[in-house]
Amino acid sequence: MEKVLEGIGRSFLHLLQTLGRMGVFLCTALFLAVVPPFKSEHLIRQVHFIGVKSISIILLTAAFTGMVLGLQGFYTLRKFGSEALLGPSVALSLIRELGPVLSALMVTGRAGSAMAAEIGIMRITEQIDALTAMGLNPVKHLVVPKVIAGLITFPLLMAIFDVIGIYGGYLVGVQLLGLSSGTYFGEMATSVDMADVKMGFLKSLSFGLLVTWTCTYKGFYTGYGAEGVSRATTEAVVLSSVLVLAGDYLITSVMHVG
Amino acid sequence: MIHLIEVYKSFQGQQVLKGITLEIPKGQITAIIGRSGSGKTVLLKHLIGLIRPDRGRVLVDGVDIGTLRGRVLDKLRDRFGMLFQGGALFDSLTVFDNVAFPLREKTRMPEAEIRKRVEEKLQAVGLAGMGHKYPVELSGGMKKRAALARALIMDPEIVLFDEPTTGLDPIMLNAIHRLIVETQKVLGFTAVVVSHDIPEIFDIAHRVAVIHDGSIVAYDSPEGIQGSQDPLIRQFMTGGVQGPSNLSRIVQEDL
Repeated sequence: MEKVLEGIGRSFLHLLQTLGRMGVFLCTALFLAVVPPFKSEHLIRQVHFIGVKSISIILLTAAFTGMVLGLQGFYTLRKFGSEALLGPSVALSLIRELGPVLSALMVTGRAGSAMAAEIGIMRITEQIDALTAMGLNPVKHLVVPKVIAGLITFPLLMAIFDVIGIYGGYLVGVQLLGLSSGTYFGEMATSVDMADVKMGFLKSLSFGLLVTWTCTYKGFYTGYGAEGVSRATTEAVVLSSVLVLAGDYLITSVMHVG
Repeated sequence: MIHLIEVYKSFQGQQVLKGITLEIPKGQITAIIGRSGSGKTVLLKHLIGLIRPDRGRVLVDGVDIGTLRGRVLDKLRDRFGMLFQGGALFDSLTVFDNVAFPLREKTRMPEAEIRKRVEEKLQAVGLAGMGHKYPVELSGGMKKRAALARALIMDPEIVLFDEPTTGLDPIMLNAIHRLIVETQKVLGFTAVVVSHDIPEIFDIAHRVAVIHDGSIVAYDSPEGIQGSQDPLIRQFMTGGVQGPSNLSRIVQEDL
């Protein structure tokens, strides 16, 4: 019994320690983000890596997500004779939930894992020590550009996701299943208001921070050797994905209550 | 001058440095020799504050580096250059960009001047024309030399070399040793060289410290160390398997 309690206590302490370290890591990164010198080329490179290179995967997933929403929505709504509401149903699902969440999950898989692996490999091959020895802060140099790039690119990718998704739904609902284009977009315009767009934007902004924070943290404090880096990468992706989904619920509930 | 006073360091319960006291003279080459795993690299990393001591002090010109943080520490590190054991080249950058990296990040030097200085340094380490290659395309020895060029590019006051010649052929070993001696003469930096190259290291060092099992067991001129009658030092010089520092315990543990 004593051992069980001891084990629980130890795990709890470990959890607290990790959370504390993650908090300090984020605060350091955010502080260093507003302290000169500012090197725009690192940021531009990261915006290109996280944002531009994710566009194709975002286009693909958004198109199929929109198409399946159009298909499912059409047949479900038809049961109640309300196919006219397909536009709002597709748009609201995308703008409020699926746009921010799915784009964040896709970018986590593509760029988040790469971020963790890159920083992890730099850690185990002493490249981070080399930066430190040169008098350069590795958090400022490696983490800050990625976090800022996340804050810039996640909302933009979400916007692309939403638009393409809506046109995916249009393709199925209007072009294939015969709903009128006017109904699809007209109903959408009356049902979607700025609050929905703001909610999506706030979510993707939060996910941008959560994903880059988690992935860079996991890479920065990776274990030993190739196995350590592979574990850090897996943990980064899993934890980021869970945090995105949990964060999504939290933001939705807070905003609805608010 | 760098002064270590009673420095202790342990990792996960294993005592690596056991009360090291050492004075590293300014403007000279100090070699640190000792068996693998004796704590040489850990000692070297203490000098630049990459590792902080559990106890004891590391003074750089009288300033305790263990107490410094943030920008003040970074400022002090600007005076250092360090060559890592594995090179620690940035693998996503070319050799040229690696060597140019400190200049680009720490100075406002125009690109033409950077190019000139980097090419000079690459020439000096025998890597002229190799600037476009990535570290992964280089042999172990070439990586070391590229890392050496990067360590020296800022003309630092203190340069720490962690096994600069391990993995190099004898000709290149001597060439790198000569490069260290010549640049040290010109720039007058304080050099600390961790090395396994016996007896070659005695030709370049002004002072030699022998570290064994986390303690300094001898600190003398190269002649003094070479003439030492201490059985432990004799064994290390000759590479004898039998002696005060025996392998039997390690072999038994491996079995």
